[in-house]
Amino acid sequence: MGKSAIEMVNVNKWFGDFHVLKDINLQVGSGERVVICGPSGSGKSTVVRCINRLEVHQKGTIRVDGIELTQDADAISAIRSEVGMVFQQFNLFPHLTVLENLTLGPIKARGLSKAQAREKAEHYLERVRIPEQADKYPGQLSGGQQQRVAIARSLCMEPKVLLFDEPTSALDPEMISEVLDVMIELADEGMTMVVVTHEMGFARKVADQMIFMDAGEIVEAAPPAEFFENPSSARCRKFLSQILHH
Amino acid sequence: MFGKTALLSILLFLTGCSSSTTWGWYVINPMTNTGWINIKFLVQGMGSTILISLIAAGISILLGLAVALPGLSSRRGWRIFNRVYVEFVRSIPLLPMLFWVFYGLPLVFKSMGLNIPIDPFWGAIITLALSDSAFTAEIYRAGIQSIAKGQTEAAQTVGLNYIQTMRYVILPQAIRRILPPLANQFIYVVKMSAFASVIGMQELTRRANELVVTEYRPLEIYSLLIVEYLVLVLIISAGVRWLERRMGSDEQS
Ligand SMILES: Nc1ncnc2c1ncn2[C@@H]1O[C@H](COP(=O)(O)OP(=O)(O)OP(=O)(O)O)[C@@H](O)[C@H]1O
Ligand SMILES: [Mg+2]
Repeated sequence: MGKSAIEMVNVNKWFGDFHVLKDINLQVGSGERVVICGPSGSGKSTVVRCINRLEVHQKGTIRVDGIELTQDADAISAIRSEVGMVFQQFNLFPHLTVLENLTLGPIKARGLSKAQAREKAEHYLERVRIPEQADKYPGQLSGGQQQRVAIARSLCMEPKVLLFDEPTSALDPEMISEVLDVMIELADEGMTMVVVTHEMGFARKVADQMIFMDAGEIVEAAPPAEFFENPSSARCRKFLSQILHH
Repeated sequence: MFGKTALLSILLFLTGCSSSTTWGWYVINPMTNTGWINIKFLVQGMGSTILISLIAAGISILLGLAVALPGLSSRRGWRIFNRVYVEFVRSIPLLPMLFWVFYGLPLVFKSMGLNIPIDPFWGAIITLALSDSAFTAEIYRAGIQSIAKGQTEAAQTVGLNYIQTMRYVILPQAIRRILPPLANQFIYVVKMSAFASVIGMQELTRRANELVVTEYRPLEIYSLLIVEYLVLVLIISAGVRWLERRMGSDEQS
């Protein structure tokens, strides 16, 4: 199926002696939304970070849009230019204005003119509903606004795939929905997304595929209906009952 | 003239402290002709001291960055290079290094078929810059490491390469943590520049030595020498404090 956006085959990774990812197999079709959940330390972030080479896997293959991730610097930069990432801690550039945060990549890495980059940035700020904050610094925004800026920053690179690593975990509860709403819109428009989150309402709404990880393994992978109604593994059932009752 | 009277009052104060007859301030008494000529002779070394310190610090600032960056690499070989450089250079006392550069380096060049003479001016600058670069490298490394790893990762995910990440994301943030200690480090360069006197560089210390030889008045002349360094360092310190205040106050987040 040549339409695979992300393909992970028997991916293994160690941190020193610690076997953090064990035979991970994951197929994400183009336009598909995958939600990954699991207990803390199970390796969710590591899976996602391997996809854009923020972490290096030691065994198995990872292909993004048909390009295999190897040591090859060209392959890495080709893949990074197609994969956007939204972090739990936003990781905005604090010394740059919102607008500069958005235009830095397009200007320096994509070679856009200032005017083109600015136009694009304004377009995506509109999309995440904070056009009026363009000239502020990240430190002057609320957490929810900062995370929406971070999403807009990724979108400015026009990625084929967007990775989210617990995008709402660092937010105050009242700001979570403003970020999730933006993500739901992206999903509706057909963006390929891999999302690590414990927001199960969001997962039910957008996921095509649910993944449950524990101790470095994918324990359960199923469409949401099946995943939530009838999970096959006991570990997954236990995890779900814990987070759904809180 | 204000300078003369101020100097005279410092001297009078110092003489007043002691009733001993060993003092002979006349050698640098600005009110007498020879005294004034002597003072001018001494103070004229200031230009060289400042110049070699500035050029050496400038080179050290670039060299230090070039040594610091490999130290932050994920490749072990680069990090080892950084550690070896810093530990090696830091452990060589300045004077032997100065002798090696001034007397030895031209011979190294000659053996390579190059005819590059090293005069006292450049001998002093090369030595000071080399020796200082180990310290500036550590200042950079600490400053850059204090910027969160997340910043580098975010820069990578928006497609920036290594140099762009440093240039647009890391260094602009690290600079306010790097600049004050770097300016502070300049004080050491100024003080260490006194060693240039032993290879014949006509800076503050050398001139004081030469005057002592002709006037036989080490106490007075070296006292003035100390005052000269003191003034220089106090001015730089004031600059550092001003810089620290500025860097601290325009924190954006
Ligand atoms: N750089 C590292 N060096 C060593 N161990 C690491 C490193 N990064 C992560 N780990 C370990 O690998 C395991 C998986 O980490 P990972 O961050 O992928 O978990 P996670 O599922 O995202 O957890 P959380 O829900 O807490 O974010 C954890 O036990 C963690 O301590
Ligand atoms: Mg995580």
